[in-house]
Amino acid sequence: MSIIIDAGGLSCPQPVLMTLDKIKEIQKGEITVKVDTDTSKENVSRAVQSQGWEVADIKEDREGYQLTIRKN
Amino acid sequence: MKKNIFATRWGIIGVGAFIGVLAALLQRLGNPGNMGICVACFERDIAGALGLHRAGVVQYMRPEIIGFVLGSLIAAYLFNEFRPRMGSAPIVRFVLGVFAMIGALVFLGCPWRAILRLAGGDGNAIFGLLGLIGGIWIGTLFLKGGYNLGRVQKTYTSAGWLLPLIMAGFLILMLIFPQIKGEAKSGILFYSVKGPGVMHAPLIISLLVGLAIGFAAQRSRFCTMGAFRDLILFKHAHLFFGIISLVVSAFVVNLILGQFHPGFVKQPVAHTMQIWNFGGMVLAGLAFALAGGCPGRQLFLAGEGDGDSAVFVMGMIVGAGFAHNFGLASSPKGVGPHGVAAVIIGLIVCLFIGFTMRKKVI
Repeated sequence: MSIIIDAGGLSCPQPVLMTLDKIKEIQKGEITVKVDTDTSKENVSRAVQSQGWEVADIKEDREGYQLTIRKN
Repeated sequence: MKKNIFATRWGIIGVGAFIGVLAALLQRLGNPGNMGICVACFERDIAGALGLHRAGVVQYMRPEIIGFVLGSLIAAYLFNEFRPRMGSAPIVRFVLGVFAMIGALVFLGCPWRAILRLAGGDGNAIFGLLGLIGGIWIGTLFLKGGYNLGRVQKTYTSAGWLLPLIMAGFLILMLIFPQIKGEAKSGILFYSVKGPGVMHAPLIISLLVGLAIGFAAQRSRFCTMGAFRDLILFKHAHLFFGIISLVVSAFVVNLILGQFHPGFVKQPVAHTMQIWNFGGMVLAGLAFALAGGCPGRQLFLAGEGDGDSAVFVMGMIVGAGFAHNFGLASSPKGVGPHGVAAVIIGLIVCLFIGFTMRKKVI
């Protein structure tokens, strides 16, 4: 089971808002966040780390970035 | 994963200090008082240079603005971040740009200048900054309520180039029709012979400083609206460190250069009608928050290919035309004859946008 947040094409703060809402909802686990700009990638990474989550992986593709964030 | 040093805590602090020092130096080199850099004022001066308004004292094709866009473009290409994109409610962004400019010109400055005015000792800036924070706070309520302008789409590289090309065109016009001392017009461009529009650092210095700041700000994502928004919305102080650094560094350089003059009256390009210093910036802050960036940030985003930010910039330039043609902009004497009405209309328009443009995007 994997949770995917598609924030592609949305500018900040939307990707951060969507990610933080989901983090609050599930408390722990793994989420994949899709973003399309470097700014969003940095902002989402910074925001989840401040919530005690880790950025386990960042994949770059044609659409932008896929961040895998995790908290056990 | 490649590390972007500019996006670290010390990176944003460094960029804030860099901007603060350069702004204070630009003032020393000729820019108007407490206006080393003011994105709103300088775009207003560009509107004047083009004849979109005919306020004789504020007509100059400010090279700093041109440099901001082109510096950001260069940084975006060097670091593979140029992403041409557009299509997220452009007309809304245009309207927000118009009213952001009107609000800023009622106060007499964008958020950058509000900070620089504070660093120069202008107490009236406190009311403007409080208004800015108030406007951004209202914006965060809309964001929490689901406000957003929808997704962008990828577009042609050449589409992302349009605003940078317009800026390059402005620079070329300036070189073809250079300022002639004491003349109000050179070829097709308007120039000021008195007032803030005649006060400027040498062209090449303004351009180089603009390029350097555009480069650094693109890398660091420096944004004065985002600084307060993230603090209010997420309690994230990252961008806020940047503006603290800007105000401290500009203050120190102002002290060293003898440019610090504390007080409320007779401050350069400022008025003391505090309700409207506050009210103008509530409008501007709300418009920036709804559009997702301060006027500087919109220029940097436009430089990295964001066509919606480019539309916001054009909205601001056209808004400057409205502001001066309709008597909405303030002067050191106080608010313009129709400035108060314009702020109220602007707030109603922003609330209309905030309340009606919300949807869940998942």
